[in-house]
Amino acid sequence: MQTDSETGKNLPTTGDVESVVIRFAGDSGDGIQLLGAQFTTSTALAGSGLSTFPDFPAEIRAPLGTTFGVSAYQIKFGARKIFTSGDQPDVLVALNPAALKVNVGLLLEGSLIVVDTGTFVERNFKKAHIEADPLEDGSLAKFQVLKIDISRLTMEAVKEFGLGNKDALRSKNLWALGLMLWMFDHDRAPIIEWLNRKFAKNENIRDANIAALNAGHAFGETSELSGDMRRYTVGAASLEPGLYRTVTGAQALSWGLAAAGQLAKTPLVFCSYPITPASPILHLLAQMKEFDIVTFQAEDEIAAVCAALGASYAGSIGVTSSSGPGIALKGEAMGLAISTELPLVIVNSQRGGPSTGLPTKTEQSDLYQAVYGRNGDAPMPVLATRSPGDCFFIAVEAVRLAIKYMTPVMILTDGYIGNAAEPWKLPDFNALDPIAVPHVAARPSGAEPFNPSVRDPETLARVWAKPGTKGLEHRIGGIEKSHETGHISYDPANHQKMTQVRRDKIAGIAKDIPPQEVDFGEESGRLAVIGWGSTYGPIARAVRIARSEGHDVSHIHLTYINPFPENLGELLSRFDRILVPEMNMGQLITVLRDHFLLQAISLCKVSGQPFKISEIIEAIHGQLSLQAAE
Amino acid sequence: MNVQTPAEKLTLKDFSTDQEVRWCPGCGDYAILKCMQRTLPQMGVSRENTVFVSGIGCAARFPYYMETYGFHTIHGRAPAIATGVKLANPELDVWVVTGDGDALSIGGNHLMHALRRNVDLNILLFNNEIYGLTKGQYSPTSHPGTRSPSTPYGSVDSPLNPCRFALGSGARFVARTVDTAQKHMPEIFTRAHAHQGASFVEIFQNCIVYNDGVFSDFTDKPVAADAQLLAVHGEPLIFGKEKNKGLRLKPGTLALEVVTIGEEGVSVEDILVHDQTSETMAFILTKLSPPDFPMVLGVIYEDPASSYERDVYRQYESVRKERGTPDFNAFLAKGDTWRVS
Repeated sequence: MQTDSETGKNLPTTGDVESVVIRFAGDSGDGIQLLGAQFTTSTALAGSGLSTFPDFPAEIRAPLGTTFGVSAYQIKFGARKIFTSGDQPDVLVALNPAALKVNVGLLLEGSLIVVDTGTFVERNFKKAHIEADPLEDGSLAKFQVLKIDISRLTMEAVKEFGLGNKDALRSKNLWALGLMLWMFDHDRAPIIEWLNRKFAKNENIRDANIAALNAGHAFGETSELSGDMRRYTVGAASLEPGLYRTVTGAQALSWGLAAAGQLAKTPLVFCSYPITPASPILHLLAQMKEFDIVTFQAEDEIAAVCAALGASYAGSIGVTSSSGPGIALKGEAMGLAISTELPLVIVNSQRGGPSTGLPTKTEQSDLYQAVYGRNGDAPMPVLATRSPGDCFFIAVEAVRLAIKYMTPVMILTDGYIGNAAEPWKLPDFNALDPIAVPHVAARPSGAEPFNPSVRDPETLARVWAKPGTKGLEHRIGGIEKSHETGHISYDPANHQKMTQVRRDKIAGIAKDIPPQEVDFGEESGRLAVIGWGSTYGPIARAVRIARSEGHDVSHIHLTYINPFPENLGELLSRFDRILVPEMNMGQLITVLRDHFLLQAISLCKVSGQPFKISEIIEAIHGQLSLQAAE
Repeated sequence: MNVQTPAEKLTLKDFSTDQEVRWCPGCGDYAILKCMQRTLPQMGVSRENTVFVSGIGCAARFPYYMETYGFHTIHGRAPAIATGVKLANPELDVWVVTGDGDALSIGGNHLMHALRRNVDLNILLFNNEIYGLTKGQYSPTSHPGTRSPSTPYGSVDSPLNPCRFALGSGARFVARTVDTAQKHMPEIFTRAHAHQGASFVEIFQNCIVYNDGVFSDFTDKPVAADAQLLAVHGEPLIFGKEKNKGLRLKPGTLALEVVTIGEEGVSVEDILVHDQTSETMAFILTKLSPPDFPMVLGVIYEDPASSYERDVYRQYESVRKERGTPDFNAFLAKGDTWRVS
């Protein structure tokens, strides 16, 4: 027996399953994200493949019980590599009526719903604008519904600790976690260990949480005996040998930046202004001072990028991080970095736009902004991350390119990747290539005035002369500079030349990056699906399924958006049709057309939710049948 | 931190670049530049440890003429970029050169935060009460009624007082000088440099093309002595050609009045003594202006405290000491891991 939600099957009645999608949902105050994260840990330790999707509201503490205050966490796990957090949940755990109302539409017929009946009272129906009790009105008839008074059972479980009602109910998430650990046969020990650490200073809360966890677990055991509940086993995935942990995109990106600083033996100065969903990177790096990292919470986005650039000017690796609206504010300073040819890394954790848009929802709509979003001819390398673990390597690569080519580099990641977790095989730091840092050496006094415009003939990179170094005193700025001397120059021919040099320098990076490979499938054929960024998961899975159905389709996934790998045009020309799924209204496709005059087909989604695998499979089927008809 | 290792005796020439100075003939900026080029060697600083950072505007060209490190950045952002320079290398001597539009209009936020954080920067605000480089529009320090291309019938909005802005932002060193004051400007620069933390210096600077003579009511030779007061810590606030005028607290109020020593029984003992550590006095002195009061120049406020980048590094060092030399692989393997074989 197997379940596979992208092919639309439900959880079997019992036994071994190949993969499962669980969605935990409740009020913002119910601790859903914590519940999801701990379930993820237990899943990872069980050796399953997994992918998660924390889906929380923008409001910090929305009014209790409302639909807009519903927080959710989805995890898909299975006995193989898992590419996405799943199209449809097989199991929905709803800790209040609002959570049921908001999420029930995601479920297929026959899915399992676990509800906390203790919250299904008139007062909560009113808050969620529910007319009739959904547990009674027959609206859930097509689902399996497990009605459990989790609230009451939690209160009973923690009674001996003498907590007030409100505090006692805070352990509800752990009760639900206990039940789910039982249902999927996951070990409780690591969760208990974690509770011991987290609440080391508050024994009462710690013990109450452990009691709730155990009670939920025991409830499963007892119910199984009476035949009310079934238990499932999801096997371990066959992953490459090595040491694994779960990692979120924000973690991997932060650690990658730190690793890059270590590989370059150069301090990192990370300057940022708080913004959703980019802030976790600032929080993580602020705790990593031992890796030669200074973090700076600036007064605004502009100050953040400017301070990072100032740090780069002074010889450190300046990094700034934000999301779309903040990146817009940083545009002018990025231009200064391009003009003065200083290294700088800009991390853009994309979210729904324009303007404030959808702060906690994901989108890939800043590609134009990254590639084109500055005044003047201002080319800049742009790299995209495809999965949480990938963020580590992209961060290292961005720093390498920034230093080697003396240029700002933008990393496009997004809210989904930033928050999502996946199992990650730990890289061996000692096996990573060091990053060369060509700071110019001091010169004796009396030497010729230092010329800051000298370039490496191969990379066209300008020299990096660090203040504090004797004999290298020089002036740089945003005014056009003479190609020969670095002094201010308004000479028309010089501006033409400098503009071309800036273009050629960035274009030349194409020679320094790996050629584009086909991620899955053949090197030529009827259809290529080309994507970038976090659409990797759904495209990868959809193409695997389509190929297993016998279709001639390949998956190409871009890491380098600017410049493109040298062979990309030639590779794409080997396919009859090109499908470009993007979480925007067609931005990559515009750039591809611009470069290669391609006849490609766009598949756009801007709902704030990642692509479903089924949506991409449907588009693949559609393209192939159109082609057959032609 | 202003640690210097003067290896050689330098002169004004050593701090001058070969670049042609491009300010308008007669611009007050020339005098300020010369004073800086003359004063830096006297301070014994080294060229390689000195960095001038500027934004946009006439004043912002300053770094091109200083034979030190220099970064001509973007409009209003010099304090933010300079903060990054100090975070990367606290040992550098960083000067920020800015104007009234650059510092108080487009860059007001950055100036405010550099001051309240107390980043060890020497910030020189060339105040000419006009936008020069964009050809003469009124600025945030222009007097109400200033006629300019953008305010042909006179500006109607209230100006900012730069020193009071600095004090309000938490600056711990606030001084004022005039472009022509070659006698006391070197001392102001020297003291601003010696001060740990953010130093704020307002320089009244004449724009000969768009706002000529805007400060003449206290800078013109015939009136200067009676319209300027050079505040010196611990000394009575005395001014005037005859050195017989002084500032006194009006009894029963927090307001000042100008009195003449020797008249109506006023003696030197009645004159307020300048206390540069008093923020209240600084607020009062910076409010004064002609014609009813003298313009107060000199170091008006100085009350040092630990600087931002110094505290950042103190914290950084203590964490590093506690954690020891890190091992990246061990760091990655912290927490819950599992082995696939």
